[in-house]
Amino acid sequence: MENNVFAGQYRGRKRKDIFFRIAVMVPAGIVIALLFLILAQVVVNGAKSLNFDFFFQQQKPFGEIGGGIVQAIVGTLMLLATAIVIALPFSLLAALYLYEHKGSKRANGLLSVVNTLQGIPSIVIGVVIYSWVVVPMKTFSALSGGIALSIVMLPLMISMIKESLEMVPASYVEAALALGAPRWRVIVEIVLPAAGSGILEATGLGIARAAGETAPLLFTAFGNPFLSLNFKGPISALPLVIYEYIKSPYDDWHQKAWGAALLLVVFVLSLNLFIGTRKKR
Amino acid sequence: MKRNAVSRKLVLLALFVVGLTGVLGAQSLLGSGASFPAPAYTKMFDEYYKATGVKVNYQSIGSSGGLKNIQDRVVDFGGSDSFIKDADFSKYPAQVVHIPTVIGAVVVTYNLPGNPKLRLTGDVVADIYLGKITKWNDKAVAELNPNVKLPNLAIMPVYRSDGSGTTFNFTAYLSAVSAEWKSKVGNANSVSWPAGQGAAQNAGVAGVVKQTQGSVGYVELAYANQNSMAVAAIKNSSGMWVDPSLESISAAAAGAFPADTRILLVNTDAKEGYPISALTWIIVYREQNYGNRSREQADQLAKLLWWMIHDGQKYVTSLDYATLPAPALKAAEAIIKSITYDGQPLVK
Amino acid sequence: MNDRRFNALLGFAALVIVFIFAGFLFTLVVQSLPAVKQEGAAFLYGSEWNPVTTHFGALPFIIGTLMTSAIALVIAIPLSLSAGIVMGEYVNSSWIRSILNTLINVLASIPSVVFGLWGIEVVIPLIRKLAMLVGAPPYGAGILSASLVLAIMIIPYMSSMTREALMNVPAGLREGAFALGLTKQEVVTGIALPFAKNSIFAGILLSLGRALGETMAVTMLIGNATRIPTSLFSLGNTLASVIASQFNEAASDVHRSAMMGLALILLVITMLAGWFGRSLMSKGMGAYGK
Repeated sequence: MENNVFAGQYRGRKRKDIFFRIAVMVPAGIVIALLFLILAQVVVNGAKSLNFDFFFQQQKPFGEIGGGIVQAIVGTLMLLATAIVIALPFSLLAALYLYEHKGSKRANGLLSVVNTLQGIPSIVIGVVIYSWVVVPMKTFSALSGGIALSIVMLPLMISMIKESLEMVPASYVEAALALGAPRWRVIVEIVLPAAGSGILEATGLGIARAAGETAPLLFTAFGNPFLSLNFKGPISALPLVIYEYIKSPYDDWHQKAWGAALLLVVFVLSLNLFIGTRKKR
Repeated sequence: MKRNAVSRKLVLLALFVVGLTGVLGAQSLLGSGASFPAPAYTKMFDEYYKATGVKVNYQSIGSSGGLKNIQDRVVDFGGSDSFIKDADFSKYPAQVVHIPTVIGAVVVTYNLPGNPKLRLTGDVVADIYLGKITKWNDKAVAELNPNVKLPNLAIMPVYRSDGSGTTFNFTAYLSAVSAEWKSKVGNANSVSWPAGQGAAQNAGVAGVVKQTQGSVGYVELAYANQNSMAVAAIKNSSGMWVDPSLESISAAAAGAFPADTRILLVNTDAKEGYPISALTWIIVYREQNYGNRSREQADQLAKLLWWMIHDGQKYVTSLDYATLPAPALKAAEAIIKSITYDGQPLVK
Repeated sequence: MNDRRFNALLGFAALVIVFIFAGFLFTLVVQSLPAVKQEGAAFLYGSEWNPVTTHFGALPFIIGTLMTSAIALVIAIPLSLSAGIVMGEYVNSSWIRSILNTLINVLASIPSVVFGLWGIEVVIPLIRKLAMLVGAPPYGAGILSASLVLAIMIIPYMSSMTREALMNVPAGLREGAFALGLTKQEVVTGIALPFAKNSIFAGILLSLGRALGETMAVTMLIGNATRIPTSLFSLGNTLASVIASQFNEAASDVHRSAMMGLALILLVITMLAGWFGRSLMSKGMGAYGK
């Protein structure tokens, strides 16, 4: 009798368990399916526009079929190079500051500033850099776009580099200090090399994060239908091209927007995956 | 053998450097603004690059953006199809001049099953954008189009989300023909739209209309023709049904031009004229020595402007823009000649 | 080089970071002053955004922002919690877990503008059909399209934060519960989720911060109408999308200044969401310590 009650309860609990399992598995499956759907569409639609001209020709006038997006590919590379040249030294030094003053009031203050910076919407960065760089320089430029992207990169890179510095065994530092080396040399010659791969990963992720940003470039890099290598002039970028082309009524540009999206996704994903596999090792 | 490889590498390197300096050294100009003439401008500038090697970067961001950019002096020239009002000149740090470049038409384009040809009056268009006519088979539309079987489909007006000279000309026309429009909405580069969806630039409006059945939008003729979109014939002030075309635009622009060319062409009284025709301008500072601009840059700009109103004109008619009529051309020449660097005219 | 100079260098970099942030606030406050002076408090609650009459009230965009983000949360929370629970509780094999992890990271790294592109070509036509079914104006673009894509964009953050929160539940608690004969479901809903709830809630708030400031995808999908949205199928604008579509112009100086004001409101709202999220997060960590 008693046994039966327990058995009944157990069956009910078991059933509930199975229901719950289904209730979480199905939505999780939807998420995975959506991801595959989006990726598949980018790959299938994007692959159609990949040809020689796409990579090596400049943009054609409005409504003309053909041409390519070399100006955007080169532009994105120039913008990312500018951004990383600015962001890497500052994030290294700021991360070192956090590492050296760990736990202090100032370091905690800096940390919360970094966290807050990370949450600033990227459109706001674009608006402010327009006032800070574009207006005084009297022109839209690759430089201003690079600066905007560097601010996108900074908080992410600072917190990643800080983490990798903190992973360096304290014994390394103590041993070197005990040998009488000045602290700055211990940092430069022992800590930084030991954290080297972490710094490299932070750089890679910083680039991956900034590569797809569009909003900070609208009012800074501005766009350019021609290939330009001039850092002081406006420049095109892959995300800008995607935005401009998909809004337009031209089928050829829609096609190219997918192609540019494929390039961008492949670039960002390979950076992410490469770093992901490195990290696991 | 080995030396051969080395020298080959050297030659390649030299070629690369030459190529690089070629790209780096290429002169360039930056303009931004009106999307109304963007198909014509990008075509012209592509030809100009082929002919001279000068890269003219024109960003189609809307007339208000172009005016703001020239006001901030962050571009070499601004493009606008609304002229600067007298009261607004004081917003600019120095005297600016308007150079007319081409003439186009703001067309009413729509996306309906079967692509029927429609006739619309300014009043009806105003009522559609006021949100008063909401169905394609509304009596007001049906009466104008007795031979078209209109679907029972919601009308979705599409307008410009950015400040736009196209909007300026469109709302100038609607204000001229509809008292209700004039009092409720008015005439400006950006207005407060009572109904409809916003899209960025001419290209954006054309893009949304092309993809949305039941929608209606206003864009420059070239965008509609390049994408084989239907355009409405509009009744002009002489009571004629006029299709937007090279001829009807030219007819609307056949009158006299003031010396500074600041004139609206909408609601023309020319019998064959298309009622929403519009002139578009390039805006530059009269004195070019400002900021750290070089004489070379100023020369480059003056040369480009001169080319645009002369040789450049032959590239626009295939895109259904009208070239400048003789009086406008004459006025434009005089204006370009008045542009100076340190007080010295750039073009004689 | 010596230690003092080295420290000065680090201090300088730290100061630069702080100045960047302070400069952002300063620039936005100063440049939004003209509009705030003209409109007063009505800048926040005014429902008219009209460049012709130069009246600028941010209410339509504040509502648009809150509405899209709220709907995105409603859609994203069940999906993300489920995905997080599956990854944190149901997957035992470490390689399946790492594959799922990678997949979620992949979703997180797709750029916003690509989501916008996908939304225009895939979501808008679907929503248009839906709107026709229910008799709403079939624009396709609008609040619902923007919210849907926004939801997909925040799922990866929310689900990986849920997973991490669950994985921080001490193994001892879980093992003890299983030893008492509790089912998986009872362990998850009765022990793991209550234990991790602060961190999970923090994850939701941090995702909300992202949704509030998301620009490109929303700009491309929301229909850019400066009216207060009244239904799921309404067209609208968010603070971010109106800046993206109108900043590069200004009918008047007040217009530009009002745009700076919008940027300031946006910054403040996202900062609040971030601060609440992070303080909850540290509370969650505190529970772990106990």
